[in-house]
Amino acid sequence: MKLQKASSFALYAVLELAANPTHPLSGTEIAEKYGISAHHLAKVLRDLGRAGIVEAARGVGGGYRLAANPRRLTLLDVVQIFEPVGPQNVANDDPELATDAGCALRVVLDELDDHTLATFRSITISTMLKLMTRKPWTNSARETKLPRRAASRR
Amino acid sequence: MARHISIMKSRPAVKKTDALHIRPAVNSDLLALTALDEEITGLAKRKYWKETFARYGARRRLPRFFFVAEDNGRIEGFIVGEVRAWEFGEPPCGWIFAVQVRPKARLSGIGTRLFEALCDAFRRAGVEKVRTMMARDNHLVLSFFRSQGMMAGPFIELEIALD
Repeated sequence: MKLQKASSFALYAVLELAANPTHPLSGTEIAEKYGISAHHLAKVLRDLGRAGIVEAARGVGGGYRLAANPRRLTLLDVVQIFEPVGPQNVANDDPELATDAGCALRVVLDELDDHTLATFRSITISTMLKLMTRKPWTNSARETKLPRRAASRR
Repeated sequence: MARHISIMKSRPAVKKTDALHIRPAVNSDLLALTALDEEITGLAKRKYWKETFARYGARRRLPRFFFVAEDNGRIEGFIVGEVRAWEFGEPPCGWIFAVQVRPKARLSGIGTRLFEALCDAFRRAGVEKVRTMMARDNHLVLSFFRSQGMMAGPFIELEIALD
């Protein structure tokens, strides 16, 4: 699947702010890092601000901070600000449901949407930061390995 | 609005305790385990936990594991799993099928310690992969396993109602 640009931009911004909790970042800094439109990102940051997820940092330099708890904030919380996620309610009189084929297809699509919703809802921003550190998409770390107990613990 | 409030507020972290001890479950833990499960699920399952302990607890010969997290003599959580071989066409791998932490003891790393202990046991048993399964709407447990680095596996669970 592919997210809308606004959703992706929002996630990039939230992840950057979560990775830098003590240092506010400007929209320009984030846009430059990800090679995205600063103008578009500014609109996204405004929407994230209205949702209470980010807040403007006071003081010299300005910028933004993450206002939400990254251990509780999920991908769903961010994405659903910009696009619908999960099964979409189809009206009973929708032509899509007028045929058996349409109804059967709706059952299958709803199954996919249910999985999408569960996945987005289950991944927090903290979990995403861990994933970014592990980098399972690289050749040497293609599969996630069994975690080991920390050496300092008994 | 309720969801907005929950993501804004940072719950104060439960103090991590140095007294936490992860160990295999023993027979005398059964009452506490049943009570903990009932506290969390609202269901009393004495017979189930007695059978589960018999299968996965002490005196087991097969690679089955049942660990508890004990803090100052109180059971605060548990995890249960086993190595299963060649089910669904897959080579031996570890399966986790139960994990619980007392609600007030969450966010203090107990779940992570339990998970790591079971993974260590699986590793010693010679497997390189761990799997689990849960209800799609069990957001709490789904998020927990995700936070431990688990990702969606190659299986799809299917079901049908029998008339």
